[in-house]
Amino acid sequence: MEVSPQYAVQMHGITKRFGAFTALDEVDLDVRKQTVHAILGENGAGKTTLMNILYGLYQADEGGIFMNGQQVNIANPNDAIQLGIGMVHQHFMLIENFTVTENIILGDEVCGAAGVLDMRKAREEVMALVNEYGFDVDPDARIEDITVGMQQRVEILKALYRGAEVLILDEPTAVLTPQEIDKLIEIMHDLISKGKTIIIITHKLREIMQSADECSIIRRGVYMGTVDVKQSSETELASKMVGRNVNLTVEKTPAHPEDVMLSIRGLTVKDERGIEQVRNLDLDVHAGEIVGIAGIDGNGQQELVDAICSLVKATSGTICIAGQEIQNTNPRNVLNHSVAVIPSDRHRWGLVLPMMVEENTVLERHGEDLFGKGIMLDYDKLHDFTSKLIERYDIRPAGCEEERMSGLSGGNQQKAIIARQVSYVPDLLIAFQPTRGLDVGAIEAVHKTLIGERDRGAAILLISFELDEVMDVSDTIAVIYHGQIVGTFAQGTVDENQLGLLMAGGEAQ
Amino acid sequence: MKQFEKFLRSRFAAALLAVLVGFIVSAIVLAIAGYNPIQAFAALFKGAFGRPKYVANTIIKATPILLTGVSVAFAFKTGLFNIGAEGQYIVGTVLATIVGVKLNLPMPVQIPVVLLSGIVGGAALGSFVGWLKAKFGIHEVITSIMCNWIAFYLCNYVVMSDTFHKPNSSSALAVNPSSYTMILGTWKKSAAGKEFLAGVPWLREVLLKTDLNAGFIIAIIVAILASIVLTRTKLGYELRAVGFNRDAARFSGISVERNIVLSMLISGGICGLAGALSITGTSPHTITLLAAMESYGFNGMSVAFIAACSPLGCIPSSILFSALIYGGMSVQQVMGAPSDIINIMIGTIVFVTALPGIAPLLADMVAKKRRAEENVRVSKDGTPLPEKEA
Repeated sequence: MEVSPQYAVQMHGITKRFGAFTALDEVDLDVRKQTVHAILGENGAGKTTLMNILYGLYQADEGGIFMNGQQVNIANPNDAIQLGIGMVHQHFMLIENFTVTENIILGDEVCGAAGVLDMRKAREEVMALVNEYGFDVDPDARIEDITVGMQQRVEILKALYRGAEVLILDEPTAVLTPQEIDKLIEIMHDLISKGKTIIIITHKLREIMQSADECSIIRRGVYMGTVDVKQSSETELASKMVGRNVNLTVEKTPAHPEDVMLSIRGLTVKDERGIEQVRNLDLDVHAGEIVGIAGIDGNGQQELVDAICSLVKATSGTICIAGQEIQNTNPRNVLNHSVAVIPSDRHRWGLVLPMMVEENTVLERHGEDLFGKGIMLDYDKLHDFTSKLIERYDIRPAGCEEERMSGLSGGNQQKAIIARQVSYVPDLLIAFQPTRGLDVGAIEAVHKTLIGERDRGAAILLISFELDEVMDVSDTIAVIYHGQIVGTFAQGTVDENQLGLLMAGGEAQ
Repeated sequence: MKQFEKFLRSRFAAALLAVLVGFIVSAIVLAIAGYNPIQAFAALFKGAFGRPKYVANTIIKATPILLTGVSVAFAFKTGLFNIGAEGQYIVGTVLATIVGVKLNLPMPVQIPVVLLSGIVGGAALGSFVGWLKAKFGIHEVITSIMCNWIAFYLCNYVVMSDTFHKPNSSSALAVNPSSYTMILGTWKKSAAGKEFLAGVPWLREVLLKTDLNAGFIIAIIVAILASIVLTRTKLGYELRAVGFNRDAARFSGISVERNIVLSMLISGGICGLAGALSITGTSPHTITLLAAMESYGFNGMSVAFIAACSPLGCIPSSILFSALIYGGMSVQQVMGAPSDIINIMIGTIVFVTALPGIAPLLADMVAKKRRAEENVRVSKDGTPLPEKEA
């Protein structure tokens, strides 16, 4: 494409290598002014790397960057900011116990004489921005007290405050609720109308369809082309991204439920502040079926899983695995009852990031004789075991057995956890947000794995904040609201509206 | 070039670089103070390794700090900062003295019993700190600093107590000679031994003029064991998992509390052994009234950090440290330069090792240069790139 002033950003022939690994191979990107341009790609395809180059966090080995038709040299984020580029990272870079205003001006403080901080003027400037863009943000609130959606708006304000004309949003919807996503899309369109240009990195097809004008696709570091979103469909984007046809609907045979595997009766769990998060909850999961729990985040899902895992004490009630009570014991005892859990927060609960991949794949079962007799741990056996999982579950990069877990992309980390949990051949598999942050190809693989486990005869408890996922994958759908199951339906007997109503605390018709 | 780049990324290079910078900085300080740096370093080297006796003394002085270094490194690898090595060392000396004075068993029994009591003392203090952390969540740095002072005054109490105080002195009674771990301790003083040694001057010097003892060998074995435990056993795996990510470890059915206590128990036990070996291996074979901390534990921290907290790395690092301290005394004697210069050097080395990014930074520079030479296609000025060769 010609270098031209009608493009806000053009990146031509960008190549970036990390050691022997080529993360980006002559990638092109042409972003028209005043458009929302999506960059689509699988986990680890190189989307974030490309944007980090634009933001000056990395240097390209080859290729050139142009803004408004002019060649630019971006050696560090300060250069990028000078050129009017702002970036909102997937994980927010905010200081929790600072106020909104303090966070926004941080690094670009308003100072009076002798370098004294002029907070009043700073607050005025921030207020002016908030009003100009109609953001619903209180400049005096502390970051720790506001919702994730608002924190994201603070990040956007931070970039605007520094004079950003081009905004890069990295996976902006990963942490948002559906309502917040709608709000964000509204904000994005508003920014466009005020002359800004937006680049969003995402792998969520629906949001691209809703928000973007154009979409550039990267597959394993190679540029696959740019499409006009209005002329395209979700299926087309998905197959371009993955390189094969992706089935966006979940295929499965009818379930053949057998005996009750997990039985919860009258479970009540309090959180640290003593507030009941799970109230008198009853739930049954049979072997050979998938029970999906639909619900909005914060309705007791976390506490329910924690109680089943014996990470927190149940105030009352019983949790039985195959007829044996396991509540209020310890995590080891629960695991010994053939329960495997895919945790919602993989970095916090699922992985030891500084340790090697092959050490992480045996996290719960390193004590077994399979991995070394007596007190010794046999690393050759860990290696062989992990190699098999890497091959079977397509964990990338291949041959990463002895690399640190932190070096893998988020999607591949999740694959490693799922591979590990399924490798136990559990009787009960609890999957809490198993596809969080995954691309469509990986989501398809996770759903297949869950259904495969079901067909093997395991009981599956799927807890997800994605209503589509619960509706597509589960044989039985239960709705959780305020710590209680407020409705149970067989798959296909209930529609989205009805579930949505129950999730929000309404009555089913 | 590629080899060199790889080398620069290794931990060994980081340590080496730190030592080098330490020497350069002290050379500058020496030069400013009007001393010839080359001569000073020569004196330092001679003082540490110039005679068989000096080599022996360097090794003897390396023994306790090797062990306290391994202790700190072990705890650090499991996510704990054992700043209480000092106190655990002191408790080790105190218990070894008490048992060594009160018991007088045949040597093959006495030595293990005395060493074991030192280990028990250090392990008890260490696991107490670990228990406080596991049970009540009190940070180990705070509790172990306080425990250092408890150990300090416990030592002074025992020295001055009626049972153990040696009259007209500032020390306690010496342990029974059956506890001694000097190499060939009795033979070298016997008539036959003296006669034999008269014919081998260097050995005579080493054995008769120093307290050369088995401690360093034991310390090396402990360093190797600690390394094996950390990297090759299920216990070490659990300890590291707990150290890196407590939540994930708990979620995976690993007992976090048990492992914190265990880690501090092992770490404390190693310090206790260091204390006991000092009592059994070197004069005066007893504890003395402490006026200030002797810094065996604190120096262990420096040893561990120079070694990037690798237990095996503590072996060369402890010898380096001991050579600096011991050889440093000669700098003062020979040159008249203040021995503080050695502290400046040690300080600089520890300071530079604490900046872990330096060696990789150099590696990046080398890599950039290499790429620029290899790859002429790099284009930053926007000129069209030549076609890619097939």
